[in-house]
Amino acid sequence: MTLPSPPMSLLAELTHRCPLSCPYCSNPLELERKAAELDTAGWRSVLEQAAELGVLQVHFSGGEPMARPDLVELVSLARKLNLYSNLITSGVLLDETKLEALDKAGLDHIQLSFQDVTEAGAERIGGLKGAQARKIEAARLIRASGIPMTLNFVVHRENVARIPEMFALARELGAGRVEIAHTQYYGWGLKNRDALLPSREQLQEATRAVEAERAKGGLSVDYVTPDYHADRPKPCMGGWGQRFVNVTPSGRVLPCHAAEIIPDVAFPNVQDRTLSDIWNCSPLFNMFRGTDWMPEPCRSCERKEQDWGGCRCQALALTGNAANTDPVCSLSPFHDRVEKAVAEASEKPELVYRRF
Amino acid sequence: MTDQSCVAEESVLSFARGHRLQHDRVRDLWIVQAPEKAFVIEGSAPHILQLLDGERSVGDIIQQLANEFSAPREVIAKDVLALLSELTEKNVLHT
Repeated sequence: MTLPSPPMSLLAELTHRCPLSCPYCSNPLELERKAAELDTAGWRSVLEQAAELGVLQVHFSGGEPMARPDLVELVSLARKLNLYSNLITSGVLLDETKLEALDKAGLDHIQLSFQDVTEAGAERIGGLKGAQARKIEAARLIRASGIPMTLNFVVHRENVARIPEMFALARELGAGRVEIAHTQYYGWGLKNRDALLPSREQLQEATRAVEAERAKGGLSVDYVTPDYHADRPKPCMGGWGQRFVNVTPSGRVLPCHAAEIIPDVAFPNVQDRTLSDIWNCSPLFNMFRGTDWMPEPCRSCERKEQDWGGCRCQALALTGNAANTDPVCSLSPFHDRVEKAVAEASEKPELVYRRF
Repeated sequence: MTDQSCVAEESVLSFARGHRLQHDRVRDLWIVQAPEKAFVIEGSAPHILQLLDGERSVGDIIQQLANEFSAPREVIAKDVLALLSELTEKNVLHT
């Protein structure tokens, strides 16, 4: 048996703790507590094993990764191991001293998240008073440090009309890249789907705004579309267990950050097994790897090695079975459930915020 | 974009912050690390890019490669300028 190709990137979720409480948070509904978090030696071992296995880039994420006092030490180790380090942060805990320490440690890139361009919109989502001003200050400090910066905006029906202003803010703050990411509907996002899912008209307008900005040049734009409006699924994570590995705060190793919803399978932990053993041999990583697991219509589909059957977590959430074709696909017998969700999304002001 | 005027023989290029050349030991490939992505480079590109030290000019590099491979300078120059122009346009390299 040949071993699977090694992963390209590691999402290191250092902690689930975060000063913000966004209702589309990518963390699971069941948040892990501080007491359960891996210690510094645990994370050092994860980085060493990841580099050995073939990971090229490590994304330090959370929650808010800056809530971990050992972040600088971990960035420094990543650099020594020749791992490209990316900090995914809300920026609200960043100051000049901390940034300088990260810079000296060899941090390669920062992805700074914004919830909106307006203070009211940002506070409605993030729930933290004064966060917007702190983020803008963080962006200025990052710009002055010279560390390459991407601004990330998660968009949904309440802020999607302000995409042109998001680009203007990114240019004003000197970001080299901007990511406009439509909310993905898992975990907290799924809980709030009816309030967040944009209409088809809103999506078309958003796509026009992105195209207009790209045509101007000078700013690199990443655009993540909401797959509920698509008729072919996204190649989720580049295929299950093919390119991407996620380690949760407590050391669980997952093929994607939402995978803990998959039933009837053990979630391996780096405290019990090596990363390499988990990647190559665990039932979790092998259960949807490649194409052998596929049912029809995927099995005989010419796109099966392009989209890898779409997203397992979405199949589970919407059809009750993670091994089904992603229902975003118009060939799925469950595609009507996606269409129904789009039709039923409405202005529903009550958001459910992530809370411990 | 085919305009190569942005890179001249007297240019001195280096990797822009957030980008670097790296040998991927596990896959035995040369890659360029960039913000939130890495791309594979092949053929003569890794060899050319290893010569970018922030001091030597593009012309010096072309001359060195022409000597090293006993190849016509204009052939080498065409390849080197095409590669370096493309990567400069993508903001991977800068002067």
